[in-house]
Amino acid sequence: MIARLGPPLAILLLTGPVLCGLAGTILPAFGYLPALGGTRFTLAPMRDLLAEPGLVRSVLTSLAVALTTAIIALTIVILFVAGWSGTRIFGRILHLVSPLLSVPHAAAAFGLAFLIAPSGMIARLLSPWLTGWRQPPDLLIVNDPLALSMTAGLIVKEIPFLLLVTLAALPQVKRAETRALTASLGYGRIAGFLFGVWPRLYSQIRLAVFAVIAFSSSVVDVAQILGPTLPPPLAVRIVGWANDPDLARHFLAAAGALLQLGVTALALLVWLLLERLAGAVTRRLRQSGRRWRREAVLRHAGLAAMVVIAATVGAGLALLAIWSVAGLWQFPETLPGSFTTSTWMQAVPQIARPLGITLACGLLSTLIAVAITLLCLTRELQTGRPGGRGALMLLYLPLIVPEAAFLFGLQIFFLASGAGSGLPTLVLAHLVFVMPYVFLSLSGPWRAFDRRHEAVAAGLGKSRRTILFRIRLPMLLRPILTAAAVGFAVSVGQYLATVMIGAGRLPTVTTEAVALAAGGNRRVIGVYAFLQMLLPAAGFAVAIIVPALLFRRRRAMRAG
Amino acid sequence: MTEEGLTLDHVSITIDGRALLEITQQVLPGEVLTVMGPSGSGKSALLAFIGGFLDPAFRAKGRVFVSGTELTGLPAEERHAGILFQDPLLFPHMSVAGNLAFALPEIVHGHAARRRLAEEALADVGLAGFGARDPDTLSGGQKARVALARVLLSAPRALLLDEPFSKLDADLRQQMRELVFSKARKSALPVVLVTHDEIDARAAGGPLIRIGE
Repeated sequence: MIARLGPPLAILLLTGPVLCGLAGTILPAFGYLPALGGTRFTLAPMRDLLAEPGLVRSVLTSLAVALTTAIIALTIVILFVAGWSGTRIFGRILHLVSPLLSVPHAAAAFGLAFLIAPSGMIARLLSPWLTGWRQPPDLLIVNDPLALSMTAGLIVKEIPFLLLVTLAALPQVKRAETRALTASLGYGRIAGFLFGVWPRLYSQIRLAVFAVIAFSSSVVDVAQILGPTLPPPLAVRIVGWANDPDLARHFLAAAGALLQLGVTALALLVWLLLERLAGAVTRRLRQSGRRWRREAVLRHAGLAAMVVIAATVGAGLALLAIWSVAGLWQFPETLPGSFTTSTWMQAVPQIARPLGITLACGLLSTLIAVAITLLCLTRELQTGRPGGRGALMLLYLPLIVPEAAFLFGLQIFFLASGAGSGLPTLVLAHLVFVMPYVFLSLSGPWRAFDRRHEAVAAGLGKSRRTILFRIRLPMLLRPILTAAAVGFAVSVGQYLATVMIGAGRLPTVTTEAVALAAGGNRRVIGVYAFLQMLLPAAGFAVAIIVPALLFRRRRAMRAG
Repeated sequence: MTEEGLTLDHVSITIDGRALLEITQQVLPGEVLTVMGPSGSGKSALLAFIGGFLDPAFRAKGRVFVSGTELTGLPAEERHAGILFQDPLLFPHMSVAGNLAFALPEIVHGHAARRRLAEEALADVGLAGFGARDPDTLSGGQKARVALARVLLSAPRALLLDEPFSKLDADLRQQMRELVFSKARKSALPVVLVTHDEIDARAAGGPLIRIGE
């Protein structure tokens, strides 16, 4: 059946672009790019790279941001899950935090910027009564040289991601029983969790943590919005070289991309060392016999952190909305003096094309990704062999190889092969990132489906095709639509893929928004960033409303 | 052995090299073969083998016949071995009548004819007028009766019961037992009942096989 095509297509999609991209990066990095006159291997690009000013600083920034983000995000997730899972508050916080996943990184970064900037909301709320400021202070908060804002902007997005991945893995580690056991032995919640559950749990979410590190070490849009500018993190510089009108700089960009690969690899290596260290420390603590029952401070810190994150992103998004309709809004007023729709009115004609491209790309890549995922999962049913660890690593491959490292090469590959830079290649580039998320989102519910329903239907004499289309797929409608919404959100949030593969000719809402960041016009940024946030939200709304409507008279279908 | 009913011919099931059961038995139409044993003894595996959906972890040998037709080697959907599980497993996205109509063979044409047969089947188990209901709103006993009606509508050649009464309370259990066994007798279906309840075995009144002890 056609399902047989699923796995090969998926493998091709997940590895092909990455490998072609890496080839397209490594070869020019050593001088080989016939299209630009590079016909011999030479170390000149590497030498030029090392001669670039502030290179070490850029590299260190990328490394530091990646590791700091991962450490803080993971710690908070551990504290929260260890301290509160199984309680009612846990469920409520989950409901608060899960929607944050659908907010594109750039929108969240803009929101944070509007919040913490010297003329941002926090400063306005505290001025002039607390701070005495009548004008925005001359502080470098956003784009600070220590990359603290950038790290914060990444943390608020990576925590929901890690939290949800942890939750997906939690049922497999017998959390409740272990808690009961460790509690009966006198251990506090957090200690019992760390000693009893965490090792098993961590091995399940390890790849996701690697993805967080890889992403943070090479992210471009958040770096451009919140990160330091002199010098910027390595990935930003690579994009600059790649887009340089002087085509000779392409070799430099390739060398830089190769370096980025090394930086990400180094970050992962350091993380592996940290894993060992943390393991050793935990073992020591465990063997000490101390019960760690006085954990209230840590517990509440975990909860507070979650609430703060949700509040921060929520406030940031609200600010985007307010700025987009703000008239005159002087510091230190808390609310705009007047409201106007003129920003939206002026933006509409210019936003039509990017919006159309965003939607077309998003819908197409989502549709294809869902189709291929369904084929793969159906094939899994037919052969009776579920995907193993190898399949999981394949899925995470595009998420762990830094974007900057292979997208640049992929663009060269497309140009060299004549595929050009139209919508089809853009959809393909987006697909590389959409597929893993769609698959990860859908595979859980698909594999958890009660197969006795299928046994019953087979006993009634129904063919396998009938069972698939009339029993399994309808019953899995909500997870399928949710996975589609996740994929759509990923596509909408894509920045580097669109910038590189679209060659600047296919603007999307996200690329336009990030391009506006340099201009500092908060009202226009508010419009674009708000739209950027609205699109994934609309996708999730569809994923909720359609099943609710279709199954409005089927209670059991609404419950799950 | 005669050709009538269900024939289990040297059916043996092993897992990890450990033999779970070895059965040769004839089940006449309307008769109930009861298979009893502790959990993990492989009784459900026997049903899965007959039904055609045995987990690949098990190794099975032997043959199964129904009225002379060999089932071994046929895919599950061609065996027409109706199965009732512990949970009624009514399809949550269809109405009660929808669940029943789904079970009707394709030979029955026309929306109206299918609806009528579904309604008749419901009346037959004492649930007249329940067609338009959401399955999730029914009580446990009502769901069990709909599940029974559903499996009978598919014109099965045999009935496989995997502890179908164990989730019902004592009174309901008695009613359901009588209902299921009388319907099976009326339709001349051979039945294989897997249970750990002695009362089920006694009510079945047919041959009894104990495994795993």
